[in-house]
Amino acid sequence: MAIRLTINQKSHTVNVAPETPLLWVLRDHLQMVGTKFGCGEGMCGACTVLIGGYPVRSCMTPVSAVADAPIVTIEGLSADGNHPLQRAWVELDVPQCGYCQAGQILTAAALLAHTPHPTDAEIDVAMSGNLCRCSSYTRIRAAIHEAAAHQTHPKTTASSGATR
Amino acid sequence: MRLTRRSFFELSAMAGGGFLLKLTLPQLASAQNHAANLLSPDAFVRIAPDGIVTIVAKSPEIGQGIRTSLPMIIAEELDADWASVRIEPANLDEAVYGSQGAGGSMSTPNNWLPMRQVGSAARQLLVTAAARRWQVPESEVTTARGRLLHTSSNRSMGYGEVASDAAQLPPPDPATLRFKDPKDYTILGHFQSGCDNLSVVTGKPLFGIDVYLPGMLHAAYHRCAVFGGRVKSANLDVIRKLPGVRYAFVLDGTIQPTTIVPYEIGLASGVAIVADSWYQAQQARKQLKVDWILPPNPVPSSVELNNRAHALAAQPATHTLYSEGDVTKTLASANKVVEADYSYPFLAHMTLEPQNATAWFHDGKLEIWADSQNPGSGKHLVSQALQIPESEITVHMLRAGGGFGRRLMNDYMLEAAYIAKQVPAPVKLLWSREDDFIHDAYRAAGWHFMKAGLDPAGEVIGWQQRLVTFGDGDHYASGAGIDAAEFPSGRVPNFELSTSTQPLWLRTGSLRAPGSNAYAFVIQSFIDELANAAGKDPLEFQLALLSREASPGSPAAKHPEARYTLKAKRQADVLRKVAEISDWANRSKTAGSGKGMGIAAHFCHLGYFAIVAQVSVNASKGIRVEKVWAVGDVGSQLVNLSGAEAQVQGSIIEAMSHMQQEITLANGKIQQTAFDQNPMMRLRQIPKIEIGWVKTEYSPTGLGEPALPPVLPAIGNAVFAATGKRIRTLPLARSGFHFV
Ligand code: FES
Ligand code: FES
Repeated sequence: MAIRLTINQKSHTVNVAPETPLLWVLRDHLQMVGTKFGCGEGMCGACTVLIGGYPVRSCMTPVSAVADAPIVTIEGLSADGNHPLQRAWVELDVPQCGYCQAGQILTAAALLAHTPHPTDAEIDVAMSGNLCRCSSYTRIRAAIHEAAAHQTHPKTTASSGATR
Repeated sequence: MRLTRRSFFELSAMAGGGFLLKLTLPQLASAQNHAANLLSPDAFVRIAPDGIVTIVAKSPEIGQGIRTSLPMIIAEELDADWASVRIEPANLDEAVYGSQGAGGSMSTPNNWLPMRQVGSAARQLLVTAAARRWQVPESEVTTARGRLLHTSSNRSMGYGEVASDAAQLPPPDPATLRFKDPKDYTILGHFQSGCDNLSVVTGKPLFGIDVYLPGMLHAAYHRCAVFGGRVKSANLDVIRKLPGVRYAFVLDGTIQPTTIVPYEIGLASGVAIVADSWYQAQQARKQLKVDWILPPNPVPSSVELNNRAHALAAQPATHTLYSEGDVTKTLASANKVVEADYSYPFLAHMTLEPQNATAWFHDGKLEIWADSQNPGSGKHLVSQALQIPESEITVHMLRAGGGFGRRLMNDYMLEAAYIAKQVPAPVKLLWSREDDFIHDAYRAAGWHFMKAGLDPAGEVIGWQQRLVTFGDGDHYASGAGIDAAEFPSGRVPNFELSTSTQPLWLRTGSLRAPGSNAYAFVIQSFIDELANAAGKDPLEFQLALLSREASPGSPAAKHPEARYTLKAKRQADVLRKVAEISDWANRSKTAGSGKGMGIAAHFCHLGYFAIVAQVSVNASKGIRVEKVWAVGDVGSQLVNLSGAEAQVQGSIIEAMSHMQQEITLANGKIQQTAFDQNPMMRLRQIPKIEIGWVKTEYSPTGLGEPALPPVLPAIGNAVFAATGKRIRTLPLARSGFHFV
C-alpha cells in the first residue's frame, strides 16, 4: 500500500504494509538510520521521533497512522547540527556509545519547546522514559540546562574539540 | 614497559603531497600474556599539504571513548592543533595495527607508549624537514599547535608546508625519540569532546546496525530458547510464502553441550529467515513452528542452582586457592566470629544496540561489517568455521552501541557469515531484544560463605571464604573464577579462600569489570560488617588492613603477573582522599535515621577506586542514592578528562543497575526477555556525583571498568548505616529493598 509521509518537511511515498512500524519504514525503506532500534516494544526510547512536536515511539507507531502528520527525526532537527541541544550535546560530550542519544535529544527538544527553562524535576519527568545503557544521564541533564540557557542566544561557533 | 626488539618506522609520501607514517613496534607485554612475539601496533599519521592531520583510530569504539583518546595521545606528541586533526577509524588489520580488541580496560595501558612514539616520530620528521628548509640546526626548531617555529629569525610555517619534504626523510631511530614533559600537555588531560559526536547528534550512519548495502537483505535468526537445543524440523514451506520472505533455511549449529561452555560457543542451531526488510522477517518468525531436540543436560533452574550451592557449601571445598595459618583453629578460639552468606544473580549485558552483523559472500570472499569488541578473533572464528582463508575475509569495524563485554564474543558475526554463505546478496542479521536477552553470555551468579574472627582488640585474625561457583573442579566458567590474591588475601594471618563448583550448561561471560563487579560487593560489604563488629570506623578499619604487609610468598605479595599485585598505598590513598572530599569524618551517624554514608574501595584492571555513597532510605525500604563521591588512581596521567569522568559517571550508575537486576532460569530457559523485566536506572534515579583523582607515578591505565565494583558495597554499607540492615543478597529486592 502506498503511503505518503512528511518527514523533516519532505514528502516521501513508501509502499509497505500499513501496520509496518514507522521505525522500520525510516530505517529499512528510507535508510534514514538516525532513528534507532533498541527494543521494538516501547520500552527504551531509542526510536523516538517527533510527531506534531511530541515525542513518539516510532517502533510502536504503525506507519498508516502518521500519514498526515509532520514527522521530525534527528536528521531534521536542524539543518546542520545547530539546534541548541545538539550543540550542548557536543560541547558537554554527552554521548558515550551514542546509541540512545537521538531519542534523548528529540525527547529533550519536545521538553524545551513546551518548557523552555525546565527544572530538574521537569527534566526527570520528561526524560525518564529514555534509557541510556551507558548511563550518560548526568550529562544529559546538564546539557538540557545548557541548551535551555542558550536557546535564545545561539552561539555561532561549533565547539567540538574545545579545551576547557 | 621495555622494548625488547628494534622498533622501526616506515614512511611514505602521499599522493598529492604530504606524508604518511607507519610505526612498527615489537610485542609489548600484554595482560593476556599472549605467546608473545611480534605485535606491530602500527599507527598511521597522514599530514596533508593544507595542514590537516589525519590519525587512524585502531581500536573498537564501544562508548569508552577510545576512538578519540588514542588519537589524542598521538596528537599530543606530534604537537598537532587538535582542531585540525581528523580521526579515521581503522578496518581490521592486526598485522598492521597490532591488537584491535577492546576489553579489560587494557587499551590505554597497552597503547600509551606506542601511540606516543608514533606522535613523537612524526614530529621529529617535521622538525628535521623544517631545519633543512630553513638551513638552521634542528635544535633551534620548535613546534606548537601544528606549526614549526624558528624563534630567533621569527619564521614559522604549518606542518602541511613541509610534510612532503618530511616524507623523503629516513624514519627516525626510536631510541632517539623524546617525549613531552606532561606539564606541557595541551591536549592530554584536557576535556575533549568525542570525535563522532557531531555524527551522533545529527543521526549519521555510524553503528553496525546502520550498515545498508545495495541489494541487501535482512535476516532474523530463530534459536532454541534452551541453550544447546537443535532444530529437528520447521515449517519452512509456510514461512517461505510469507510477505517479503526470500529464503528460509535451517542451520545445524556446532554448539557442543559441555559443563564448561567455551567463550565462543560456535554456531547455535536455528532457522534463518531472510526477507526484504527486517520487519517482514520478524513477522514471518511469528508463524514459525519448530520442533527442537533439547540438549541432554538443559541448564538447571535458578532454584535448583541455589539449593545445590547451599548443599555444596556444607561439603568440603573442591579447590583451595590460597590458605595460610590455621583458620579453623583461629575461628574456634577467636574473641568474636562474624559469619555471613552473600549471593548475587546472573546478569545480562543489554547493550542498547542489539547484536547484529552484515555479511556478503561473493567470489569466494567474505566481507563482514560488525561492531565487535574482538573483531580479530571473530574473523578467525569465521575462517575456521566456514573454511574461508583469513586472507579472503575483510572485516569492517563499526561503532558499537555499547559493549560491556558482550561484544567480546562474536556469535552474531558467525551467524551472519553462515547465513550470507547461503544467500547471493549482502545480508544484515539483526537480533531482537528478546534474542539479545535469552542468548547472552551472562555474568555468573555466585554464593560466598564468609567467616571471620576478631581478636579482643578488634583485629581480623582469621578469614575463611568459600565461593560456590560454576565449572568443573578447578576449571571455572568464564568470569566465574576468583583470584587467589583477592584482598584481603595475604593480609590475614589465618586465611583460606576455597571454591566449590557446579555445572551450568549455559554460557557465562565478561560483564564490565568481570569478577570484580561481584567480589567487591561481597568482600567490601563483609569488611564493613567486621568493622562494625569491632566497633571501629570502616575507613580506619580498611586502612589498618591495608597497612599490613602481605605475607611473603602469598599471591598478594607477588602476583604471578606483576602489575596485578595490589599496591596497598595506592588503595589507602584513594580511600583517604574520598574520605576527605566527602567529609567522611564529620558524617552524621544517627543510627536508624534513614540516612547514612558507606565507604568501599577496590583494585582491578590496574586501577584503584574508592567510593563513598550517601543514601536515604524511606519507610518502605526505598533507597535514594543522594550522592556518590569517587576517587580514582589510574596513574600519572588522564588521557581525556571528559572520557575519564564519563566512564566514572557511567560506572557508578551502571553499578546501581546491577544492584537491581537479575536474570533467572526456569525450564532450561532465561525468564527475562524485555527491559521492563530487568530494569536499568533511569534519569530521575541518578545521584549527584563528585569525582577526584590521585596522581601517582605509574604508567596510565584504563577507566572502562575499575570505578564500578566498589560502588555496590559503598551503597550497601550506606544502607546499613542508615537502617542497620545489611544487604547480603542481590538483587536488592531479595534483601527487601529497592531504588526509588
Ligand atoms: S525501540 Fe522503540 S522504545 Fe525501544
Ligand atoms: S550513550 Fe550508550 S546507550 Fe546512551
